[in-house]
Amino acid sequence: MRYRCAPAVVLLVVVPALLAGCGPPPAPAPPVSPPPSPAPTAHAEPAMPEADAARVVIDNFAYSPREITVTAGTKVTWVNHDDSPHTVTSTVKPKAFDSGALDTDATFAFVFAAPGTYEYFCAVHPHMTGKVIVK
Amino acid sequence: MDKTIEQNVAGDGIDRRGFLQCMAWVGTGLVWTVGAGIPGCSQVGDKAADAADKKGDFSFAQVSDSHIGFAKEPNKDVTATLQVAIDKLNALKERPDLLLHTGDLTHLSKPEEFDTCAEVLKGYKGGETFYVPGEHDLFTDDGKRYLERYGKGTQGMGWRSFDHKGVHFVGLVNVANLKAGKLGLLGQEQLDWLKKDVAGLGDSTPVVVFAHVPLWTVYEKWGWGTEDSEQALDLLKRFGSVTVLNGHVHQILQKVEGKVTFHTARSTAFPQPEPGKAESPGPVKNLAADKLKSVLGVAQVSYVENKKSLATVDSTLE
Repeated sequence: MRYRCAPAVVLLVVVPALLAGCGPPPAPAPPVSPPPSPAPTAHAEPAMPEADAARVVIDNFAYSPREITVTAGTKVTWVNHDDSPHTVTSTVKPKAFDSGALDTDATFAFVFAAPGTYEYFCAVHPHMTGKVIVK
Repeated sequence: MDKTIEQNVAGDGIDRRGFLQCMAWVGTGLVWTVGAGIPGCSQVGDKAADAADKKGDFSFAQVSDSHIGFAKEPNKDVTATLQVAIDKLNALKERPDLLLHTGDLTHLSKPEEFDTCAEVLKGYKGGETFYVPGEHDLFTDDGKRYLERYGKGTQGMGWRSFDHKGVHFVGLVNVANLKAGKLGLLGQEQLDWLKKDVAGLGDSTPVVVFAHVPLWTVYEKWGWGTEDSEQALDLLKRFGSVTVLNGHVHQILQKVEGKVTFHTARSTAFPQPEPGKAESPGPVKNLAADKLKSVLGVAQVSYVENKKSLATVDSTLE
């Protein structure tokens, strides 16, 4: 196999032209703070007694904790701290629950009334999976 | 600049073989041209590229992962960078006959995101754009909004084929009905359609397949692959020249396997880390502002006639 290529030359030649052609850079962004969540399913989380509530954080394309065990009647809240949107989607059909698109800082809550094992995944990144075990 | 990449393969009775020379142009990417039905790659503005353009019967371009609606680090204005990509394509001496958008047009499949993407792409003067969806385009409403806009002339969740100057283009959808813990999926209905679709074509017809998620397993841990791509590639193994164009990974990765050349394109919105080089495949954030455009792009490859050898593409071209 013979391969001749000189990307380094390309870089030198092209990048200055590119920058010249693209106009002034945009004004520096204000200090980054997470925008308010636009997702329709997002809502402020009311204060809940600890026994009746559980929390799962979504970050780095993973649910943490990936598996939780709660008692029947517990409200579980997911919050997305990742830069990418994710979902919390039940794997069964018909779906037991589906958060819809959760952008950064959006939350989704679901009350698990009936005992059982509820597997879920992210509809946009299906390799992300989680489980809620309800006793 | 000499961009020839060759690998001599023992003749196997097929006369027309793919010869792929691929060069990623920083900030703009690659334009594909077809010369006598054989795919090749050229660099816009380069003398050899102009020569390739003259030899080629036509050229086409690949844009991908525009993610309209995304507004975080490292790119707060993805619409502007998509516009730069289209401007660059419009500025080409020989404009590509058509564009392929390999999905993730939008970030959250919102109506205004689809509208903005369509608006920018309408500005391309060279020809029509053909789309396949990414998972970001379908996941909030099972693809209703995507199909409303881009379903015409397609089947199922948006797959379709068309012919252009002797090349058979096949757009596949591997981002619908995704299963937990699994990779991209074509599904039996689509595979059955594909079998019928290519049945009447001669072996020497150049085939270009475009789909969002890579049709080979790039990195299983991040979901970068397609569960049933082998079945699709099996249906295409008799063809002398098969070129597979994918998106999803927001970087250029290339592979040649027999007569099939795989290529993934840069995003026009934000880069993602190389497989395994970060905790997760989210946007690469720590980029100096002046470096952003150097990691984005569109794809451009020229088809150049070559007698009996198959080009090999180096995956570290950037």
